[in-house]
Amino acid sequence: MEKRVTFDHRLLPYLLLTPQLVVTVVFFFWPAAQALYQSLLLPDPFGLSSRFVWLSNFEYLLTDRYYLQSFTTTAVFTFFVTLVSMSVALLFAVLADQVIKGAGTYKTLLIWPYAVAPAVAGVMWLFMFQPSIGVLAFYMKAAGFRWNPVLDGTHAMTLVILAAAWKQISYNFLFFLAGLQAIPKSLIEAAAIDGAGKWHRFRTIVFPLLSPTTFFLLVVNVVYAFFETFGIIHTMTAGGPGQSTTILVYKVYADGFVGQDLGSSAAQSVILMVVVGALTIIQFRYIERRVHY
Amino acid sequence: MKFRTIVSAATALTVVLPAMVGAAQAQTQIQFWHAMSGRLGELLDAQVAKFNESQNDYEVVATLKGNYSEALNAGIAAFRAGEQPHILQVFEVGTATMMAAEGAVKPVYEIMEEAAEPFDANAYLAAVAGYYTTADGQMLSLPYNSSTPVLYLNKNALEAAGLDPEARPATWPEVEEILVKLKESGSACPFTTAWQSWIHLENLGAYHNVPFATQANGFEGVDAELVFNGDLQVKHISKLGEWAEEGLFSYSGRRNEGGARFRSGECALFTESSAGYAGVKAEADFPFTVTNLPYWPDVEDAPLNTIIGGASLWVMSGHEAEEYTGVARFLTFLSSPEVQAQWHQDTGYLPITHAAYELTREQGFYEENPGTDVAIKQMTGKEPTDNSKGIRLGNFDQIRTVIDEELEAVWQGQKDAKAALDQAVSRGNELLRRFEQSVR
Repeated sequence: MEKRVTFDHRLLPYLLLTPQLVVTVVFFFWPAAQALYQSLLLPDPFGLSSRFVWLSNFEYLLTDRYYLQSFTTTAVFTFFVTLVSMSVALLFAVLADQVIKGAGTYKTLLIWPYAVAPAVAGVMWLFMFQPSIGVLAFYMKAAGFRWNPVLDGTHAMTLVILAAAWKQISYNFLFFLAGLQAIPKSLIEAAAIDGAGKWHRFRTIVFPLLSPTTFFLLVVNVVYAFFETFGIIHTMTAGGPGQSTTILVYKVYADGFVGQDLGSSAAQSVILMVVVGALTIIQFRYIERRVHY
Repeated sequence: MKFRTIVSAATALTVVLPAMVGAAQAQTQIQFWHAMSGRLGELLDAQVAKFNESQNDYEVVATLKGNYSEALNAGIAAFRAGEQPHILQVFEVGTATMMAAEGAVKPVYEIMEEAAEPFDANAYLAAVAGYYTTADGQMLSLPYNSSTPVLYLNKNALEAAGLDPEARPATWPEVEEILVKLKESGSACPFTTAWQSWIHLENLGAYHNVPFATQANGFEGVDAELVFNGDLQVKHISKLGEWAEEGLFSYSGRRNEGGARFRSGECALFTESSAGYAGVKAEADFPFTVTNLPYWPDVEDAPLNTIIGGASLWVMSGHEAEEYTGVARFLTFLSSPEVQAQWHQDTGYLPITHAAYELTREQGFYEENPGTDVAIKQMTGKEPTDNSKGIRLGNFDQIRTVIDEELEAVWQGQKDAKAALDQAVSRGNELLRRFEQSVR
């Protein structure tokens, strides 16, 4: 006969859930509802009056060719930021995992960039790569490379991707390193005794065992690229040249906080919310199947 | 003994402290939010300190709130929270936003009247004050730091190209001849510009008496429509596009990134605000000329006056009458000839009153610093028309971004000038309609 512990108290489960529910409502549902409501309004900047305009904010956005284009820009940006920051971080983590002497120093140095504010990171990269004032840009030009992120959209995109990825490497590095150190050494040693090479061991043992970490980081990095990079873009390119680096969240920021068009900004937030919701579902439905816990 | 000391000390404190606090409270605080950082911030702080020392009733507290956009946003957010400052510095692009915010701002003429401060709107340069006054001549915000675009030339570069180092090209065709020679002599950047929309579209229109928008550039109503895709503008932007392709014009960025390239000697000619003078003078180790913005000689009426950039001081509503008296005193102080003349000479901004201009001339400043009076002469040479009074459009910050985006396509050779300007006009008009809807 099966033995089960039961709680007869009816209210206890609700009581235990309350803190979590309160936090979710206050910090997620309430702001989300506010955004939904605001997206139907056209307020003036000072909040002296606002008009209910139904869905015209959405209509305005979805008929704007430039707004639609920024979905593609965002996809490209997010893909490369995630790819670069995760692969470089994994490489560093694997290397740092093997270091014995001075490991602490290496780790500290690798974690440092995470403490840099996005806007500061943007300005720092500008000092290196802005064609007029950049130190490295000067040498690149001297070497005959026609580097011009001010007018060349591809160059500008490369620059913001590198800066955004650079900032996120530290975070990914930390998780990858922890993941690597959690892998039992005995497994790897056994494989080594069986004659598996370094690369073979990594591909068949280490990487699969890292898959929960990798999946977690994938979700976190996509969210990062989507939501936390407007400071970098604002300081480096302001969305230009043309609109080649205007990703969705930058437009939310520019329209809402610079242009004071709060209605449009709210509508864009709602669209972003839907997009990220859909992305998360896709990630958990299709990619999580390859994850071994 | 010890006990007594403590008692007497306590008595002393209870008597003296309230008196001190009372004295401190008698001073009314005036909050002043601005966007002047670096050297300009120091100069502004000096003005404020001077005002605070000059009297005992009011204390102005100046706070830096970031760049122009950020300061405006901080002011708006503070107003929404009921914590607005008394005085807010707003750049010219935000003028329409502030004007539309009836109930959030208190017009300057009203404040001066209520405080019975001597105030004459005619004392201010018409071309500057016109930007901030209503159609019937009531001044809404106090002009503070205004500048206008001029042309800077590197004399060494001209000489190296076998040109007259004293050359002062007055027209764009003359500029072109110089640029070609510079290019032939191996210059990597014969010409660059700062603030492309402000200089090469907004000022281009005013200077040639061509409208930027209908309704007198937006002065007469929020239903204005952009019209900067006319023949003159298309011609000018096509020309710059050609120059970009031929390597005569090198684009540096949306703001004043070109300044570094001019000051380092990389670029030979540079169109930039007159307020860039202080920086060029401090950093450039070559002789340079400041001259008028070039114009197109085949346009009738040209050149007229150019229009201003920079910022003005808005007074926000919702404070005590007593505090507004202090604000009025401070504004009078800022407009006084001595304070203005000093500001003008230190920064390169225009003197905002006729008296400050006269004073600077009497002091011999223009003779000692050739080129510093170009801007003011260019601004005041002619009577402003509907097209050259200024520009007052809602969502203007975003419209400028649209213009930047479209012009960048021209400099890259992706679009021709006509297509880019048409596109900019239609995208900008959508933004204007949104603004119109939001303030109705």
